[in-house]
Amino acid sequence: MAKYIEMIRMRFLMMLAYRTNYYSGIFIYSINIGAYYFLWSAIYGGQSSIQGMTVEQMTTYVAIAWMARAFYFNNIDREIAMEIRDGKVAIELIRPYNYLVMKTMQGLGEGIFRLIFFSLPGMLIVTFVFSLQFTTNVHTWGYFTLSTILSFIINSQLNLLAGMVTFFTLNGEGLLRAKRFIIDLFSGLILPISFYPEWAQHVMHYLPFQAISYIPSMIFTESFTGDVAIKGMMFQAVWCVVLIVPIYLLWKAAKRKLIIQGG
Amino acid sequence: MYAIEVEKLRKEFKSYSSRSGLAGAFRDLFTRNYKIIRAVDDISFTVKQGEMVGYIGENGAGKSTTIKMLTGILTPTSGRVVVNGMNPHKERERFVQTIGVVFGQRSQLWWDIAVQESFRLLKKVYRVSDQDYNEHMDHVIETLDIGPLLDKPVRKLSLGQRMRCELAAALIHNPPLLFLDEPTIGLDVLVKLKIRQFLKEINEKYNTTILLTTHDMTDIEALCERVIMLDEGKIIYDGSLQHLKQNWGEGKQIHFQFRDLVSKEELASLVHVTWEQGEDRYNWIAHVRANDMAHVIGKVVSSYELKDIHIREVSTEEIIRNIYEEGIHYG
Repeated sequence: MAKYIEMIRMRFLMMLAYRTNYYSGIFIYSINIGAYYFLWSAIYGGQSSIQGMTVEQMTTYVAIAWMARAFYFNNIDREIAMEIRDGKVAIELIRPYNYLVMKTMQGLGEGIFRLIFFSLPGMLIVTFVFSLQFTTNVHTWGYFTLSTILSFIINSQLNLLAGMVTFFTLNGEGLLRAKRFIIDLFSGLILPISFYPEWAQHVMHYLPFQAISYIPSMIFTESFTGDVAIKGMMFQAVWCVVLIVPIYLLWKAAKRKLIIQGG
Repeated sequence: MYAIEVEKLRKEFKSYSSRSGLAGAFRDLFTRNYKIIRAVDDISFTVKQGEMVGYIGENGAGKSTTIKMLTGILTPTSGRVVVNGMNPHKERERFVQTIGVVFGQRSQLWWDIAVQESFRLLKKVYRVSDQDYNEHMDHVIETLDIGPLLDKPVRKLSLGQRMRCELAAALIHNPPLLFLDEPTIGLDVLVKLKIRQFLKEINEKYNTTILLTTHDMTDIEALCERVIMLDEGKIIYDGSLQHLKQNWGEGKQIHFQFRDLVSKEELASLVHVTWEQGEDRYNWIAHVRANDMAHVIGKVVSSYELKDIHIREVSTEEIIRNIYEEGIHYG
């Protein structure tokens, strides 16, 4: 276990080495949130609520969804693809650890870094500029924290899957881009799932994407409370477990078929 | 007990070839041409604990592929591999704990952060106790003279500095078996000497087995008593370096510098050996067997006036080149 914790620390240090990159990131995220804030304010117009959400809930939803994204979002899919492409995965295989767990830990190190140096200061800026509604309910914060951790796990699992597909295709750039877009769209980052047409909502109920952004954000805005919140987190937990199966199978197949390029 | 046992090891790759032109590219979408390439072709050898073995061959001879199979990165197509008493691929996590690997062309340190952070992570990864680490690594760091480099990020190191750190990183868990894949590539003479010195030292101190691939024959001469030579996936020579030199490097080259112009025919009629022209027609090189040396020199000296003469031994490099060019079947 110590080695995995050390890896989190290591990635944290690496991010710290390039921390200046992140000051511009805060700015970009703030602009994104601002744009959606004004967009939704305009859409709401005089209406007090749409689909059961007030305008305050909606704008808070947007802000928290983006800030949570900074935590769960990582590039380990791209890194895995790259390490396969230039053969660096060979070195990873001569280490006495599980490559996929190590990658997830790197993602976590990155996530913690962004949470501290990105989400928190970013949130502070955003609350000064826009009127957002933060709950003081301790339960909500607790649920939200747990839910965000689960969304990190699911997002990382999907990244591992996407990255590993490059074991078979050896070039998955297009696929990775498509995956990123699908997650942004279907996770509820851009539009809450409750705004999608009935049939689409139905389909998405069988997919893991809403566990990434929609559920934690709805919990935070208290659109999901009590049983609904717990059901949401159950949904996340089930996907966490279910996704282990394809990861395990794909990793097994990938190891068998491993081709080290450029060696 | 052998450190490495390999029996009829084989690795085949599928190699795809693309058709030419747009129509060809279109056809490639549906069916692709490929052929099976045998990178390693039924090789067998064993290495004893504490041996230093040079594993040599031209580019593409199958050296790296073999090393990858021995380290458990690649699965063999067929054959048996037992390294440190384990099957590298089957018991990967337990197995890699007992080996150290350096790939000369690929860094295993973390590029953006200080060297000591990489060391610290590896120490945790290999579960090395503080006591063992200090005892062993203090010595390694001192011998390789990398103490002042530890707090620098890897990207700021020169190749020679980085390579010494790589070597130290591979030794953190003090493995009984060390694989070095071109560890001295692109390094200057001083760094090379330091690395060789160090490898000899750990071999003596810990009885570490070392399997080394390199294109630099001076590495092999300095370190290895035994060489395994590979060509097109097959072992063409496995034995002592001494033996190799005696059998194929027996000849000497005598370089004569004459005072007057001499033709090849004249020389050939004088003594019947292979003559090769030097820079101009004043300079001629005779390729002779060691036993005939005195005879050849005597004849030439008695018939011509000479400005200079020197005798050169055939270098290992040349021996190897000759073997590749002409094959090993004679000699």
